[in-house]
Amino acid sequence: MPEKELNVLKPKDFASDQDVRWCPGCGDYAILNQVRRICAKIGQTRENSVFISGIGCSSRFPYYMETYGMHSIHGRAPAFASGVKLANPGLDVWQVTGDGDGLSIGGNHLLHVLRRNFNIKIMLFNNRIYGLTKGQYSPTSEEGKKTKSSPMGAIDMPLSPLSVALAAEASFVARAVDVDKDLGEVLERAAKHEGSAFVEIYQDCNVFNHHAFKYATDKDSKEDHILRLEHGKPMIFGKDRDKGIWLDGNRKPRVVELGKGIQADDLLFHDEHDESLSFLLSRMTYPEFPEPMGVFYQIEDECYENLLQKQVDDAIEAKGKPDLQALFNSGDIFEVK
Amino acid sequence: MAASTNTEVPQSNKPTEELASAVIRFAGDSGDGMQLAGTQFTDTSAIFGNDVATLPDFPAEIRAPAGTVAGVSGFQINFAASDIHTPGDEVNALIAMNPAAFKAHIDDVQQGGIIVVNEDEFTKINLRKAGYPEGYNPLDDEKYDNKYRITKVPITRLNEETLADTGMSAKDIGRCKNMFALGLIYWLYQRPIDTTVSYLEDYFGKKKKLPAVAEANVKTLKAGYFFGETTEMFPVRFHVARAPVAPGKYRKIGGNEATAMGLATAAQLASKTLVYCSYPITPASDVLHSLAAMRNFGVKTFQAEDEIAAMCAAIGVSFAGQLGVTGTSGPGLALKSEALNLALMMELPVVIINVQRGGPSTGLPTKTEQSDLLQALYGRNGDSPAVVIAAQSPGDCFNTAIEASRLAIKYMTPVIMLTDGYIGNGAEPWRIPNVEDLEPIEISHPVFDEKVEWHPYQRDENLSRPWAIPGTKGLQHRIGGLEKAHITGNVSYDFENHQFMTDLRRMKVEKVADSIPDLEVHGEASGDLLLVGWGGTYGSILTATDRAQAAGKKVSCIHLRHLNPMPKNLKSILGNFKQILVPELNTGQLRMILRGKFLVDARGLNKIAGKPFLVEEIEDAIKIVLNGELGDREYLTPRLHKVDINDQDIDLAKFGINAVRL
Repeated sequence: MPEKELNVLKPKDFASDQDVRWCPGCGDYAILNQVRRICAKIGQTRENSVFISGIGCSSRFPYYMETYGMHSIHGRAPAFASGVKLANPGLDVWQVTGDGDGLSIGGNHLLHVLRRNFNIKIMLFNNRIYGLTKGQYSPTSEEGKKTKSSPMGAIDMPLSPLSVALAAEASFVARAVDVDKDLGEVLERAAKHEGSAFVEIYQDCNVFNHHAFKYATDKDSKEDHILRLEHGKPMIFGKDRDKGIWLDGNRKPRVVELGKGIQADDLLFHDEHDESLSFLLSRMTYPEFPEPMGVFYQIEDECYENLLQKQVDDAIEAKGKPDLQALFNSGDIFEVK
Repeated sequence: MAASTNTEVPQSNKPTEELASAVIRFAGDSGDGMQLAGTQFTDTSAIFGNDVATLPDFPAEIRAPAGTVAGVSGFQINFAASDIHTPGDEVNALIAMNPAAFKAHIDDVQQGGIIVVNEDEFTKINLRKAGYPEGYNPLDDEKYDNKYRITKVPITRLNEETLADTGMSAKDIGRCKNMFALGLIYWLYQRPIDTTVSYLEDYFGKKKKLPAVAEANVKTLKAGYFFGETTEMFPVRFHVARAPVAPGKYRKIGGNEATAMGLATAAQLASKTLVYCSYPITPASDVLHSLAAMRNFGVKTFQAEDEIAAMCAAIGVSFAGQLGVTGTSGPGLALKSEALNLALMMELPVVIINVQRGGPSTGLPTKTEQSDLLQALYGRNGDSPAVVIAAQSPGDCFNTAIEASRLAIKYMTPVIMLTDGYIGNGAEPWRIPNVEDLEPIEISHPVFDEKVEWHPYQRDENLSRPWAIPGTKGLQHRIGGLEKAHITGNVSYDFENHQFMTDLRRMKVEKVADSIPDLEVHGEASGDLLLVGWGGTYGSILTATDRAQAAGKKVSCIHLRHLNPMPKNLKSILGNFKQILVPELNTGQLRMILRGKFLVDARGLNKIAGKPFLVEEIEDAIKIVLNGELGDREYLTPRLHKVDINDQDIDLAKFGINAVRL
C-alpha cells in the first residue's frame, strides 16, 4: 500500500476539467468548494475516491470532481455505492443526493445503506424543492407549499431527514448550512467517521425556492435561529449567547433565557452518543426552536463490507483455500468406465 | 462426498420385468416430504447409473390447507437405460399419499399404470377436503380399477407400527411415512437403499444432530422395502438397467446449483471476486442460497433490499473492478430494467440471471415458462441492445453461466442469461469437468502511462471500451446514464454523436457473434421440416425430432443458445427447409423474431400451461405440419396432452375468437 501523500494535493487538484453548470448563485457551489477543500485537507487521494450520485441538480456533483465518479439513476446511488464497497472496501466512497433523490424515489435505499453501516459518506443537499424538473414540491417542502404541482398548497406532511436517518440506525448524523463556516468541519468529521455518515446540508435553490433557509443564513439573525451543537457543552445559542435549551418536567425541550434564574449548568448538554437526545434534536424546527447544526449523533460500529470480508476470510480459514475441483466433486459421485 | 457403491439389491423370488425406462411420480400433501422422497429416488437412480430427468412440482403457497388439491406437492422422475432428455410424458407409476394427490395426478397416469395409494388417508374428512362428493371414494370406483393397477397400502399405520417403540411423538412418527413409501418403491424398482441410508444418517444424524430421527427414518425406509418383499401385493418387480454413457466421473446436478457453480467458476477463471447481489424470488432464490454457502471460494453474496438495489449493487461491483452478478425471475427483471440500461450506457460487464416463471405479473411463481424472451431482448427504454443467452438443461446452466461472464467481460456489456423454473429446479447427471480444461477469462485493466493519451470511451478491436477501475492512479473518470461523447465519454447532447453512439452500441453487440460458434443441425442439413427451439425445451424437441427421424421423416432441429446476437449461420440453415416450426412455452416470441428478422414463414407450437412440453405434443405438431393440415394458421396449441386440429374452443368462440387455437 502506497502511503497517503498528506497535504500534497490542493483543493484545485480535485477539480475536474468540466465546466460547472449549476445556476449562478446556487448553494451547490459552496458545498463543492468545501468538499474539494476537505478531500485535500484530510489527504484523500484522487484515484481512491469515488463520488456516486443519483439524479437531480446535486447529482451533477461527480462530474466536477477529479476522482472516479458515477452519475447513476434516480434514487439508487446508495445501492451503487454499496456495490463499490462490496468489491473494494478500501475506496473512499461519497454519495451525493438531494431531498427528492434521497428521500422520495430513493427513500428505501437510504434506509438500508444506513442500517448496514457501509463506510460511505452521504451528503443530502436539502433545498426543499425539485429543482431539475423546475419547481415541484419535495418530501421536505413545508405543508401548504405552493408550487407548479401544488397550486393550492402541498397537503403532504414533510419528513425530517435526520429523524429518518436516526431511525434507520445511522452511525453518524449531522447537519450544516451550505454557506455556513461550520460546513467544512462537519464534512471533515463525516469523512473521518468509520461507517455510514449522513449529513443533511441546507442548500439554497436560488431559482425555485430562494431564501428557504434565510432564517439560518441571514447574517444579522441567524444565530438566533440555529443552535450550534458541541459535544459535552450546554446548548446555548443566540447572537448574544443569552438563550438556551432546557428540558421541562415533561421531558419537553423549551427555549429559555439565561440569567433569569437559569444558569448554563441547568441547560441540556449535548451528548453525541445519546440516541434519544439526538432524536429529540432532530424534531426541533424553526420557528418554534433554533434548528440544531453540527454533529447530532455518532457511534462506533462495524462496517458491513468489513464484516462480509471477515466471513470470507473465516470461511477460507475453516474450510481451506478455494478448490474448484473439490466443489465440482461435492455430492455423490459415480464413475462410468 | 462419499463415493457410494452401486450395491445391487438382494435377489428376490419375485419375477422381474425389464424396462427401458420408467416415469414415476411421488405426490402428497406439501408437508408429506414428497420432494425429499423424489430427490432421494433421483440420487439413487443417478448413482445406480441410469440417465435421469426430473420435474418437481410444488404449490406456490408454503402451506396451503392440508389435504386440499391446492396443497399437493409432486415430484416426477424419468430414469432410463438410455440417453433421455425429458422427465417423461405419461406417468407409469404414481404414489399418492392422500385423496387430494390422487385427484390431482390420476389423469397423468398411463392406462394400465401402477398406482400405490396410502389407503389410511382415504378417510371421509380427507375425501371431503379433496373435493370429492359426499359418500364417494375413488378407491371404490370400478372405472379406476379397470383402468389402472391400484395397490392399496396402509402406509400410515405400517409406519406407525414400525416406529411404535421409538418413543417419538405421533407427529414425528407421521413425518417419517414418506420414507416408508420410498422404501416400498425402491423395492418395486430394485433400487439399492444405501444412498438414502447414508443421506439420512448424514443429514438428520450429523448435520441436524438428531440421531434418533435418522434411525427412525432408516428403520421405516427398510420396513417399506421389506414390506414389498414379503407381501403378495405386487406380482412383479421392475428393473431399469444402467444407461450407456461416456466414461468419466458423474454427479447429479440441479440447474440453479449449476448456475451458482458456473458463476463461481467464471470468477476464478477471471481471477475476480464474485459478488452476487440478489433479492429472494421464486424460483431463483436457490442460486443465492448456493452461492451464500461458498464464502470459502471468495464468493460474496449481498441480499439487497429490493430487486433494483440488487441490480445497482452488481453494477457498483463491476465499476469497482470485480465480477458483479444479479439473479432474479421475470417480475424482478422488470424492476431491474432501468439500472440494466445504465450498465449498458456505461458499458460495464454485469451478468443478469433470469430463472423464468409463469407470467405476466406475479403469474405462476412455481411453474415454468419461456415468456421473458422479449423482455430480455427489448424490455428497456431507448434502443438498448443487450447480449442474451439461454441454458438448455440443468447441467448446461454451468457452461452458460461461464459463457455469460466471459462475454460480459470481453465486450464490456450486460449479459442476460435465461434459464427457467423447469431446468432451474430440475436435475440431471452431470459429467464433472476438469478445472484445468476450462479456458481462463482474459482481462486487462488499463494502467496510467503519461506518454499515452487515454480516454474512458476509446475502443479496442471488439469495439469494447477499457475497464479502468477506481484505485488506478491517473485514470480518474466519470460515467453515467447521460449520452456519452465518443472517445472522451464526457456528457454530450450533440445529435450526430447520439446517432453515432446508438449505432456503435448496436454494432458492439452484433460483434459478439464473432465469439459464438455456428449452430449445428441435429439431423440432415436440409429437409421438410426444421424445428427451432431455445432454452429449456431442448430435451423435448430433441426427443421428438429423434422419433420423427426414426419414423423416416425428413425432420431436423436446431437449438439456439444465443438469442442476441444470433449465430451467423442461422439464416442459411432456415433457408434449407421447406417448413419451420418453433415450439415455445410462450405465445410465439422467438417465432416473431425469426419472422421479423429473416422473413421466413415460421409457424409455432405454443404452450402456456406452466409445464414443459410433452414429447408427444411436439410429435403431434410435427405430424400436423407435415400432413399439410396447418393451412395458413400461424400456430398450434396443445390441450389436454394432445394437439388436435379439430378441437374447437367453444368458450373462446363465444367471444368471436376462433382462430386462436387448433
